[in-house]
Amino acid sequence: MQCKDMLGSLSDYLDGELEAQWCAEIERHVAECGNCRVVVDTLQKTVLLYRTYGHEEIPEDAKDRLYAVLNLKAVR
Amino acid sequence: MYNLALRLMADPHEAEDVLQETFISAFRALPRFEGRSQLGTWLYRIAYNAALMRLRKRRVRTESLDEPGVAEGVDLAPRQFTDWTALPDKLLLRRELRDSLNAALLTLPESLRGVFVLRDIEGLSTAETAAALALTETNVKVRLHRARLALREKLSAYFASGAPSAGSHKELVSHAM
Repeated sequence: MQCKDMLGSLSDYLDGELEAQWCAEIERHVAECGNCRVVVDTLQKTVLLYRTYGHEEIPEDAKDRLYAVLNLKAVR
Repeated sequence: MYNLALRLMADPHEAEDVLQETFISAFRALPRFEGRSQLGTWLYRIAYNAALMRLRKRRVRTESLDEPGVAEGVDLAPRQFTDWTALPDKLLLRRELRDSLNAALLTLPESLRGVFVLRDIEGLSTAETAAALALTETNVKVRLHRARLALREKLSAYFASGAPSAGSHKELVSHAM
């Protein structure tokens, strides 16, 4: 396996949706290729960061305004 | 819903308007909701369409402003090989770094951003995202992968450029003591 061969499968690999044989190929390649190891690790970390810190709560005042608008519309 | 609107509009006030429009539209259409999709997915779809309508009105041509490499069909070969995975998570709670996550996200074209927000921030499945955005599951997967690779490049460039600064580390240590 070469670097470009694994690039397209990395998300499936990280999401656990790749066949075991392909996973093993990727892991063999990554063990020998420093750049690809960095790409896999930082791609995984990128996803983790957004999953952990990417969520923005709706501000309380915006929530209040939403409820106010919906109540208003509901009675019409 | 708010996250999707916020990430697409890049403006809290417009995101709030999208949210209001979404629920008003949903209330009106609820009698016609046939239950063929989950209620949540249906709401996401209304929100997505409402956001796109607003973006069209604003004549925002996000895709044309994107750097080469992000648009679909263009080479996405990695160019950044800095390993920043050992950065302490505590540092990432800093507003500066969270702002960098938001800024990187806004560089994505809407077609990738919507998929990334629903899959990796809102936690929807591939099937739910496909239903919400009227895409095939294969298309969702392709777009998600492109979005992740593009964001990895952006964050790697950010961390390779020396951010967070040494001062940030010092400040963090002093807070912890």
